[in-house]
Amino acid sequence: MSTLAHAGTLPPRTAVAADSARARWGRRFQHGGWFVAPFFVLYGLFVVLPVVRGLYLSFTDANISGDHTGFVGLDNYREALKDDLVWDSLWHSVQFTLYVVPVIVVAALLMALIAHHTVHFKWLWRLCFFAPFLLPSAVIGNLWWWLFQPTNGMVNHVLGLDTPWLTQKSTAMLAVVVATLWWTVGFSFLLYLAALQNIPHHLYEAAELDGANAFQRMLHITVPNLRNITGLVFALQILASLQVFDQAVVMYQFTPGPEESTRTFVQYTLEQGFTSYRVGYASAISFILFIIVAAVALGRMWLLRNREEVATR
Amino acid sequence: MTTLPTPTTPPTPPTPSLRKPRGTWTPAQIALTLVAAALSLVWLAPLAWALSTSLKTPTESVTSPHWIPQNFTGESWKAVIEAGNIPNWFVNSVVVSVCVTFIVLAVASLAGYGFARTEFRGKSALMALTMAGLMFSPAILGVPLFTTVQSLGMVDTYWGMILPQCAPAAMVYILYKFFQSLPKELEEAAFIDGAGRWRIFFTIVLPLSKPSLSAVGIFTFIASWNNFMWPYMVTNNPDLMTMPNGIATVQNAFGIVWPQLMAGGLLAGLPLILVFVFFQSQIVRGVAHTGLAGQ
Repeated sequence: MSTLAHAGTLPPRTAVAADSARARWGRRFQHGGWFVAPFFVLYGLFVVLPVVRGLYLSFTDANISGDHTGFVGLDNYREALKDDLVWDSLWHSVQFTLYVVPVIVVAALLMALIAHHTVHFKWLWRLCFFAPFLLPSAVIGNLWWWLFQPTNGMVNHVLGLDTPWLTQKSTAMLAVVVATLWWTVGFSFLLYLAALQNIPHHLYEAAELDGANAFQRMLHITVPNLRNITGLVFALQILASLQVFDQAVVMYQFTPGPEESTRTFVQYTLEQGFTSYRVGYASAISFILFIIVAAVALGRMWLLRNREEVATR
Repeated sequence: MTTLPTPTTPPTPPTPSLRKPRGTWTPAQIALTLVAAALSLVWLAPLAWALSTSLKTPTESVTSPHWIPQNFTGESWKAVIEAGNIPNWFVNSVVVSVCVTFIVLAVASLAGYGFARTEFRGKSALMALTMAGLMFSPAILGVPLFTTVQSLGMVDTYWGMILPQCAPAAMVYILYKFFQSLPKELEEAAFIDGAGRWRIFFTIVLPLSKPSLSAVGIFTFIASWNNFMWPYMVTNNPDLMTMPNGIATVQNAFGIVWPQLMAGGLLAGLPLILVFVFFQSQIVRGVAHTGLAGQ
C-alpha cells in the first residue's frame, strides 16, 4: 500500500496544508478494501459458495456424500411441482404465516403502547414481554409441548378444558402458533418501543398546547410516526414465518405432526436432504422457497420505493 | 401554531422522557398499570409453570395439575446438573456463542465502516452482493451449506459450528447505516492532525459506536446461543452439542421426566435472561440508535 508510506509525515497545520489534506482524504481511503476483506472471506465461503453450489446441485441427482452427481436438468424442479408434499408443506408454512403475522403485529404494538405510556415499572414490563424471546427454540418446543398436554398441562388447567391440542389435526398448528406468538412477540415489541421513544417529544407538547386530546395525539402523531416501523415489523415477521422450522419440529418431536399437519416447508427440505439423502432434490426445493422469500422481499422494496416517489412528488 | 413568545429565556435542555413526572398516579395511570400487570402475569405464567414443574417430584408432575408443589424438591435440578451431558453442552454453547459474537463484531464493524467511509474498486458490486445475502437465510441454505462445510472437513468440529454463523449481512448493513450517520467532520479533523484511517477507526469511530456495537453484539449472542438448526445439522457427536440442541434430544434420553425436562430448559434459558436483566437499557437504546426502528 503506497499511501501508507506517507503516514509518518504530519502535514503542517496551515490552512493550505489543511486544504490539500482534505483533498487527499478521498484518495487515502482508496484502499478500503482491506476493511471489507475479512467479512468477504467468511461471506464467500459460507453464503456465496453454498448458494452457487446449491443452485448447481439442484440440477443434479446428488446424494449426501456427493456421489451420483449426474446432471438431470430441470427434472428436480419438475418433480417438485408435482410433489404433493411440497404443496402440503408449503401450505402449512403459509398457513402459519397467515395466523402468526397479524396477531404479532397488533399484539406487539399494543404491548409497546402500554409499556411506553405507563410511568411506573417500565423495566418490569419490558422484562416480562421480552423474556420469552431469550429462550432457545428447543426449550420453547419442549415447554409448550408440556403446557399443551391434555390431562396435566397448564393450558387445559387454566381454561378448564380437556382438549388434546397436540394430537388432533384441527388444533396442532394452532398450538405452534400460540407458542410462537408468546415466544417472538418480544422482538417486535422492542422495535415498536424504540420507535415510540424516537418520536420527538416536542410534537406532543405542541399538540397539547394546541388543545389536542390524548386520542387526537395518538391518531395524528403516534400512528403516522409508526407507519414505517409497522412496515418493517410486517416484513421481518413474514420472512421469518415462511421459514418456520424449530418450534414445530421440537413440539412434535421431529415428526410431521398429527396427520402430517405441521410439516413445514423447511422441515420437508431437510427431510429430503438428511433423511432421504436426496441433496439434489432438497436443493431444488430450497430454491423454490428462496424464490418465494425473494419475491416478498423485493415486493416490499418496490412498495417502499413507490411510496417514496409519491412522497417526494 | 401558536408557540409561546419567550425569546429571552434560554432553551430548556430536552430531557422530557427522562424526567420523573410528579403526582403520576392519575386514574388513567392506575388503569394502565393494572392492564400492564395483568398482561405481564399472563406472559410469565408459562415460565412459572415450568419452574413449578421443575420443583415437583416426577410422580407429582403427572398427577392433577396444580401451581404450588406439595413437597419442594431440587432433585431434578441436581439430576440435570450432575448427570448427562448438560454441563458439557453448556460449555459448548458458551464457547460457540462468545466466539461468534466476537468474530461478528470484528468483521461486521470493519466491513460496515469500509462500505460507509472508504472507496475501493468493486465497492458497489460487493455492496450489492451483501444486500442480496439478506435474502438467504440458514433455513434456505441448510442443505448446500452442509455439503460445503462437509467438503471443508468441518463437520463435527467447533469451527464448523462457529464460522458459518459469522457472515451476517444484516449486521454489516446495520453498522453501515450507523457509520454513515456519524458526522464526517470528526474524522476529517483527525485526518488533518495526521491520523491514519485505521487509527481513526479504532480511536474515534469505534468509541462513538458503543450503543450500536452492543446492540449488534447482544443480538448476535442471543441468536447464536439460541441457534438450533445449524448445530443440529452439523454435529452428530453428543459431546459437541450445544445447549438448545442437547435439550431437544434430551426428552427421549430421560424417557420424559417432566421436572428434569423443565429444569434443563430453564437452565438453557437462564444465561440470556441474566444478560437481558443487566443490559436492558443498552439493548433498547441500541435498537433506537442503530436506526433499526427508525426508518
